[in-house]
Amino acid sequence: MSWLSRNRYHIARRTVQLGVLVLLWAGAHAGSSLLKGDLSSSLLLGTVPMSDPLATLQILATGHIPGKTVLLGALVVVGMYFLLGGRVFCSWVCPVNPITDLGQSLKRQVGPKRLVAVPRTARIWVLGLTLVVTMLTGIAAFELISPIGMISRELIFAPALGLLAIPALVLADAFVLQHGWCGSLCPLGALYAGVGAYSPVRIRFDRERCDRCGDCVPICPESQVIRFDELERKGFVDSGFCTNCAGCIEVCTRGAYRFGLRTAARTNTHDERVTHA
Amino acid sequence: MSAERAISRRRFFTSFFRPRDVAVAATGGLVWTKVVADAKAAGIAYRPPGALPNDAFLATCIRCGQCVEACPFDTLKLADASDPHQAGTPFFEPRKEPCHMCGDAPCIEACPSGALVKGTAIEDADMGVAVLTDQENCLAFLGLRCEVCYRACPVQGDAITLEFREQEPQHGSDRHAFFLPTVHADHCTGCGKCEYVCVIEEPAIRVLPRDIARGQVADHYLLKNRAPAAGLPPAVQDIPVWERNSEAVLEAMGDEPTWDE
Repeated sequence: MSWLSRNRYHIARRTVQLGVLVLLWAGAHAGSSLLKGDLSSSLLLGTVPMSDPLATLQILATGHIPGKTVLLGALVVVGMYFLLGGRVFCSWVCPVNPITDLGQSLKRQVGPKRLVAVPRTARIWVLGLTLVVTMLTGIAAFELISPIGMISRELIFAPALGLLAIPALVLADAFVLQHGWCGSLCPLGALYAGVGAYSPVRIRFDRERCDRCGDCVPICPESQVIRFDELERKGFVDSGFCTNCAGCIEVCTRGAYRFGLRTAARTNTHDERVTHA
Repeated sequence: MSAERAISRRRFFTSFFRPRDVAVAATGGLVWTKVVADAKAAGIAYRPPGALPNDAFLATCIRCGQCVEACPFDTLKLADASDPHQAGTPFFEPRKEPCHMCGDAPCIEACPSGALVKGTAIEDADMGVAVLTDQENCLAFLGLRCEVCYRACPVQGDAITLEFREQEPQHGSDRHAFFLPTVHADHCTGCGKCEYVCVIEEPAIRVLPRDIARGQVADHYLLKNRAPAAGLPPAVQDIPVWERNSEAVLEAMGDEPTWDE
């Protein structure tokens, strides 16, 4: 398999992530009206609003009702990610993802073995606290400190000190946090995991092709979702925390993983519709 | 939903609220609350026209930057992350680039969250109030015919007027008559064009937040709403009042600038 084929999903993801930022940048600096705004709230082709659901929830938590455009945009985004898989945002859109992926790959190569084991459930706490602190203070608590917002706004509008979050995240993911920012702290990822808990588009698993080599486990950013007995029984990755990053699809030499729908596992041994690597 | 899934979900919830986790979350939450509350209390910013009052604005603005993109004069900027009480919110600095009071207010039009209230007319904007802060350096107070702030004001003749004061003739005095810029806060939108054009090194007229700039007499004061002093010399009144339609203004002015009279 060529490098291009082995990394086809990485290439696709980086293209989408970069493409979104380029379109938003063009909306800010090149007079383009394809995509205006930023990742908190944007306007596609002058008609379709899209809003960050967590930012929208924070506005509601202050006791204010945001305008119709923001609310409609939140529905559009939640609807879209419900269909595609909630955490598709994380691996296909979020600008923090390539940064933390870099940190994670650094950790695998040179990182220490023992890191601060912030549990994966901590991000659910952060999500809850986001809303509580917002209610107490009357201002969006997560937007104030969010590296996603800082980095995306300063890449789109004007570079400033917030871009220091980039090296900070690389270092944190490589040398400090066991599961990284995305895997232990990010409340937006936690929210999207909830949105995607019952998404139709899932990573499917073919028990006949799997030889239990386990190559998919270290590559997966949410390796707790790879439970072979459950995968064999269900036939797909049944967790909202799966980001649909397709790392498992790329790394599996047997082609045991592929994109598919949330349907029952096949019981017959010959599955003609499995795509070949 | 299978029984197995229900059981694992129950276990998830009971294992979720472990005492140590609750303690860490509570501590973190308290520190976070303090940081956010401090940040919110810090400082003033000049918001785009049509903005909700400060607290409501900070709560409602979604930090999308669409107003910044809509402004044709690059007046608006997004506060960067080192300015935490406003990170991502739009603001402007009048001395750098004032609000040019676009009749169609594209910034308000672009705002998706309602932090800039839809339907606000530009002349009803309240971005602050201009205040003549330095009577010692203002050229008009030095007896000169500066008048630049008066002429730059888009709500011309209403938001800033020139009040005529005569000086008792004194031998050797270089000050004979004064045309003093006087701001009328009910008409002033706080656009900052006066601050921007003030010709001296540091402006003698500045936009300040309305609640800082304005005084208030007691309700029982009977002459509270007395009209401002009348009797300006005719030459000063000869300048057409600002209109939304700039062609009409140009036509009324003819081709000659009025400030050479």
